[in-house]
Amino acid sequence: MILLSAFGASLRRDLLLVLRRKTEVLTALFFFVMVTTLLPLGIGPEPDLLRKIAPGAMWIAALLATLLGLQRLFAADYADGTLEQMALSPEPLSILVAGKITAHWLVCGLPLVLLAPVIGLQFDLPADAIGVLMISLLIGTPLLSLIGAIGAALTLGARGSALLVSLLVLPLYVPTLIFGAGAVASYIAGLGATGHLSLLGALLVVAAAFSPWATTAALRISLE
Amino acid sequence: MVNWFKFSAPSTFYPLAGKLIPVFWALTALLGAIGLYIGFLVAPTDAQQGEGYRIIFIHVPASWMSMFIYCVMAFWSLMGLTFHTRLSGMMTSALAPTGALFAFLSLWTGALWGKPMWGTWWVWDARLTSELILFFLYLGYIALQSAIDDPRRADRAGAVLALVGVVNVPIIYFSVKWWNTLHQGASVSLTQSPSMASTMLWGMLIMALAFWAYTLAVSLMRARVIVLEREANNEWVQQLPEIKGTI
Repeated sequence: MILLSAFGASLRRDLLLVLRRKTEVLTALFFFVMVTTLLPLGIGPEPDLLRKIAPGAMWIAALLATLLGLQRLFAADYADGTLEQMALSPEPLSILVAGKITAHWLVCGLPLVLLAPVIGLQFDLPADAIGVLMISLLIGTPLLSLIGAIGAALTLGARGSALLVSLLVLPLYVPTLIFGAGAVASYIAGLGATGHLSLLGALLVVAAAFSPWATTAALRISLE
Repeated sequence: MVNWFKFSAPSTFYPLAGKLIPVFWALTALLGAIGLYIGFLVAPTDAQQGEGYRIIFIHVPASWMSMFIYCVMAFWSLMGLTFHTRLSGMMTSALAPTGALFAFLSLWTGALWGKPMWGTWWVWDARLTSELILFFLYLGYIALQSAIDDPRRADRAGAVLALVGVVNVPIIYFSVKWWNTLHQGASVSLTQSPSMASTMLWGMLIMALAFWAYTLAVSLMRARVIVLEREANNEWVQQLPEIKGTI
């Protein structure tokens, strides 16, 4: 019960901080919209082609948009010493970290899921494929936040950490990208998306169990 | 029972490594000469691939070593995080450049092999793609290590990254494999290669051992330099004959 309330407190605090400074969230969202708008401009407006690249394009845009927000996950708390106080608190740090990761997903991941149908229409995706895309993003974006948190914690206080975090995290995003975009692609191809979505779900369960723990270990190293 | 922890102290490791390095260099030269001799002169010309196949005597051992070194790095990382031994982190960071080198070599020789055999430098095959991502993981490790100024922190952060990476390598491999079968991308199957003559296999194994000895020689040399750098202010370092003259 205490653990739950610690989780809730950490979650509420991060959401409140975001509400006070809305532009940061909107920047990531606009980035997502912008990248997905630029792609047709670069590749060409043929609906057949766009329908084909839509799952991959939107997933890559989601990946990059999540990366943008990662830097913010711990940096401010690290700079003003809040993170050290959290590490000293009687509640386990991993619970507080889990709260922060959840807040990051609610702010950076969930809006992408909700925005996906609009972008999907731009790419001329059929309605049921958009549904699959939303489900894949719904399972996949928390995974991106969980994996990214490890990278964000590791690069805390390192030189050039904004670039570094993408170098560390992007290779680890490969399975998520493959199963996420693959779910939509195989659905469109008539193969069904269940297999990909189940694998994505399995990855999410594993990451949810291990990522807060690894992130905490990384944070403690940064705080030494 | 040998007390292995004795050599986890940099002061005892340093002279031991100094004695081992010439041994491993000699092994590298000997095994490399035998392996290349078998590869170039003894192994028969392949019926389908002609002489061009001989690059596998570099390519396959390099790929093996690139994967093996990452596992060794993960092992030392685990040791470092659990036992707080200073040497583990030094060993991990000494291994990383060699691992990256072998990953790069494997990709490079693979491209050289692929061009005459399949008519293309690159196919999006599961093995090639995951080797490329392994190369990225090495680069990430090296970048993280060099971005953190405090060496102890750099070691421990790198250790967490190496462990996270080693869990992900099989996941990445299988995801790329399934992605590949979905897309039906590569028309070439690497797995259904014709059965190999035993001399070829011997050549590859001996070359792999040569690369293994090379890895040990180079990474021990690198570890010795790291030890000197980090322990420069300690008494035992200043007493070393090779240091005494320079200060």
